[in-house]
Amino acid sequence: MSATALPAPTGKEQTTHPAASFLASSIGRKVVMALTGLVLFGYVVVHMLGNLQIYLGPAALNAYAVKLREMPALLWGVRGLLLVSVVLHVWAAASLTRTNMDARAVGYRRRRNRESSYASRTMRWSGVILLLFIVYHLLHLTFGTVHPSFVDGDVYHNVVSGLQVGVAPLFYVVAMLALGLHMFHGVWSLMQTVGLSHPRYDRLRYAFAAFITAVVVIGNLSFPLAVMTGLLKEPASRKVAIHTAP
Amino acid sequence: MELRANVPDGPIEKKWDKHRFEMKLVNPANKRKHTIIVVGSGLAGASSAASLAELGYNVKCFCYQDSPRRAHSIAAQGGINAAKNYQNDGDSVFRLFYDTVKGGDYRSREANVYRLAQLSVNIIDQCVAQGVPFAREYGGMLANRSFGGAQVSRTFYARGQTGQQLLLGAYQALERQVGLGKVDMHSRHEMLDLVVVDGRARGIVTRDMVTGEVEPHVGDAVVLATGGYGNVFYLATYAKGANATAIWRAYKRGAAFANPCFTQIHPTCIPVTGEHQSKLTLMSESLRNDGRIWVPRKKGDTRPPPQIPDEERDYYLERQYPSFGNLVPRDVASRAAKRVCDEGRGVGPGGYGVYLDFADAIRRLGESVIGEKYGNLFEMYERITAENPYRVPMRIYPATHYTMGGLWVDYNLMSTIPGLHVIGEANFSDHGANRLGASALMQGLADGYFVVPYTLGHYLASTKLEPVGPDHAAFEEAEAAVAARVEKLLGVHGTRSVDSFHRELGKIMWEHCGMARNEGGLKSALGKIPDLREEFWRDVKVLGENEELNQSLEKAGRVADFLELGELVCLDALERRESCGGHFREEFQTPDGEARRDDERFSHVAAWEYAGEGRPPVRHVEPLGFEYVHPTQRSYK
Amino acid sequence: MNLRLHVWRQRNAADSGRFVTYPAADISPDMSFLEMLDVVNEGLIARGEDPIAFDHDCREGICGTCGMMIDGQAHGPRRATTACQLHMRTFHDGDEITIEPWRADSFPVVKDLVVDRTAFDRIVAAGGFITAPTGSAPDGNAIPVPKTSADLAMDAAACIGCGACVAACPNASAMLFTAAKVSHLGLLPQGQPERYARVRRMVSQMDAEGFGTCTNHFECEAACPKSISVRFIARLNRDYLRAVLTGGGEPARVEGGAG
Repeated sequence: MSATALPAPTGKEQTTHPAASFLASSIGRKVVMALTGLVLFGYVVVHMLGNLQIYLGPAALNAYAVKLREMPALLWGVRGLLLVSVVLHVWAAASLTRTNMDARAVGYRRRRNRESSYASRTMRWSGVILLLFIVYHLLHLTFGTVHPSFVDGDVYHNVVSGLQVGVAPLFYVVAMLALGLHMFHGVWSLMQTVGLSHPRYDRLRYAFAAFITAVVVIGNLSFPLAVMTGLLKEPASRKVAIHTAP
Repeated sequence: MELRANVPDGPIEKKWDKHRFEMKLVNPANKRKHTIIVVGSGLAGASSAASLAELGYNVKCFCYQDSPRRAHSIAAQGGINAAKNYQNDGDSVFRLFYDTVKGGDYRSREANVYRLAQLSVNIIDQCVAQGVPFAREYGGMLANRSFGGAQVSRTFYARGQTGQQLLLGAYQALERQVGLGKVDMHSRHEMLDLVVVDGRARGIVTRDMVTGEVEPHVGDAVVLATGGYGNVFYLATYAKGANATAIWRAYKRGAAFANPCFTQIHPTCIPVTGEHQSKLTLMSESLRNDGRIWVPRKKGDTRPPPQIPDEERDYYLERQYPSFGNLVPRDVASRAAKRVCDEGRGVGPGGYGVYLDFADAIRRLGESVIGEKYGNLFEMYERITAENPYRVPMRIYPATHYTMGGLWVDYNLMSTIPGLHVIGEANFSDHGANRLGASALMQGLADGYFVVPYTLGHYLASTKLEPVGPDHAAFEEAEAAVAARVEKLLGVHGTRSVDSFHRELGKIMWEHCGMARNEGGLKSALGKIPDLREEFWRDVKVLGENEELNQSLEKAGRVADFLELGELVCLDALERRESCGGHFREEFQTPDGEARRDDERFSHVAAWEYAGEGRPPVRHVEPLGFEYVHPTQRSYK
Repeated sequence: MNLRLHVWRQRNAADSGRFVTYPAADISPDMSFLEMLDVVNEGLIARGEDPIAFDHDCREGICGTCGMMIDGQAHGPRRATTACQLHMRTFHDGDEITIEPWRADSFPVVKDLVVDRTAFDRIVAAGGFITAPTGSAPDGNAIPVPKTSADLAMDAAACIGCGACVAACPNASAMLFTAAKVSHLGLLPQGQPERYARVRRMVSQMDAEGFGTCTNHFECEAACPKSISVRFIARLNRDYLRAVLTGGGEPARVEGGAG
């Protein structure tokens, strides 16, 4: 078992562009994952807060949608950023997963976990659920493709009627639970990945992640639950609005 | 055989400087034409391999472990001495030199020890520069403590892991050279023979421990840094793999073996629990600062310790040595423990143990203070014994810990085979008959970083070496001998496991050549060991084959060598008719049971020359002169 | 006590390997786990069967040689304890214990429970050092080191390189090992000149060895016999990011030069 000399350590760095070697490195891909995760995390929070306006009634929610539509630069900018983030996030996840699976081709017969959490071990699966959900969610409430009675511009109607029937509300509930797991591990984990750690504040990382995750999940879950329990229902005489959904 | 120490003349404080100037240098362009073989990757081996590679030599380094970072230097806890005098408490190079010669009971070479004390200061600088995280004061300066009864604070330390941190420093320097292609590192390789061509060491033969391949390695010089031979006692604080094969093969190729009977027993180890015991664990000597050592007054008193009232306890060290008490040197404390256990007053299962009691210290200082000082040691003790030392006294017993003897070397650390340099614990070293605490790390690094890089260059610059290839007859002969021996071990097909022989050898050695020795016992050991060796070669059971990772085969080769070495240790102990340092001959003691040196007849190094199979080895003598430190009798009363 | 062991046996790297069950009879609770294996091996030798190969050396928890999965946990169930320091009193009469080698493609099995961890050496060779050739050092007290830095560096430097972090990591990542060395040297003033080059080179070697990546499960810290903190991984990430963002550790370029 004789160790051979390593290639001159600087040789590679001179020929490869720093950005390329960063993206190829394990930490680089993790950072991509963390930063895109941060964007998605921010969006999820804003999205949930915006949607809370549903409780103010159809007029308020639909007006909010109009407002967004009146700022196309912002709307499309955000959509572009989200799309890029999702693509990079999924790319990083796939690439890292592959690296990790290759790192241990033969596994253990017996294995006991001590420190990892259910959330951390299921990131892969919660991630896949979320991806499927996003596709469904877009087809459901943005494009209306899979919506039984989609009305372009009447967001309130689309939400309330969309969550009333079939497996849709169930899917929403499952997806929000997956989001909770994914977000909790993702939020504090991204801080670790970008190097935010200090003995004095490390506990706050968990507390922050738990708090913000709880807020988002409870907020988001409230919509299907409110529809299912009849708290949210369509007004008797509805005016057809003429706006597109956000 | 002529033992020429080659000590430069002139006043002792100028010798090394003068010698450094007088030594020949190798032209930088020529250095890369030389290949140097370094066997062992502990403090001495790694530091020399890295330093030689930095100078430009091509180095091939070998270790039996899976990584050079695992060498047993890593287990040293206490610290490393250096005459920095950072504490302004009156330390100096001369004082460290003086303490080391005296501590070694006047059986070391003054010039070597002086050089060691001089170089000690460079070691600290070097290690700090490498990033060894030594303990610091709040102002950012290096912290020191007093260690092993020294009257000055000259010990540098990194928690209880000083050996580990120093080794990692040397290992990192070594790996840097591996990365640069200057060191060719061979882990899981065991040196099984030395190759001597025209009277000079020109290479080694190794066995690849994974494939079984026997390989020749040619070089212009060989450095052995393979550590001590304390595992001849089977139960010792050594790593399980530590062995004497490299130095024993060199001995059989013509290197003299010096003072083999100088072995050190450490007083504070965790006692044996049963036949299954595979090794002994050392507890830091610092425990004796606050712990009180005692045994029951009555023989066979099996009451639990708290039920034995104070007046029925014998604090025997405090009683016998009122001025030093529990802090007497290692050899004295060890022998006293043996004495009380031999009287039948030992404690714990088997009766080989004494109490080290912290009850008084806890009462005096409080549990938290004791916890701060010794918390991790207490934890380690509890992990091993399942007893809580805060509640019940620890049980300790002495164990073999270090060997001062080793291959004889001159001032240049070259053995009696030109080109074969021996460094660290593997040589007979600068510690005389007894090593002081925190001195082993110092010696290993001084040899590796600061002595051998110079003296080896001098050897190469002043020697005309003929080109030699691995097809040289001497290499072929050595390879064939190694292969034949492996085959022989595998071909015995006996009934007893290797470990059972090793254990039995250990018992003979411990019984007759351990803490106290006498003529009758040594003679009986000299009768038993050859019989055991004969039985080994007739009845050992080594399964498997050579062409695989075969741990039984590895052990068998090592034990076969211990079975020869053990005999030499006993022979040397028999011939040294005096008591000094770790060598205590019961016939030579003062009326109150202390070691009595015989400077008239034994102020010398005994170096043994191999005389061939079946012939008694020849004892040569290198007289020791003491110009600067005048021998006195040690007294700790 | 009497136990049943399910031990991974594999003759060599090429062999496919399998589990073999051995009884371990009359085991004393005072034995270490490795001494228990010694006893089992003596029994195997007596019966003419190949003893179980396992790595071990100092048997006092500092050399980092031993290491095996004991019932699905690296070094066994006791925290901050190497296999050699794990005593049989941790187990109960009649227990069934599964013993497997470290599993990672970067740690190929050599035989039975013995794996090849030279990947760690290569990570260190890539940059895990301070370039300080022998003889070039200034006085040890020339550079004061704040005690807190020295202590924290020592916490990281306590790593014994056993590989338990890799073995326990669901992704077989070597981040904790690499982070410990990067942090040890990066926390000290002596380590500053090479700080960013070091982190780049070590991470690049770590990746080249085929280890997995860190997804913050923190199984490594739980398995580490020296309790090395995952905070050092955050520090490694931080240093690596800083190196990339600032170009730290890249070879110097001459401004305006012809190249």
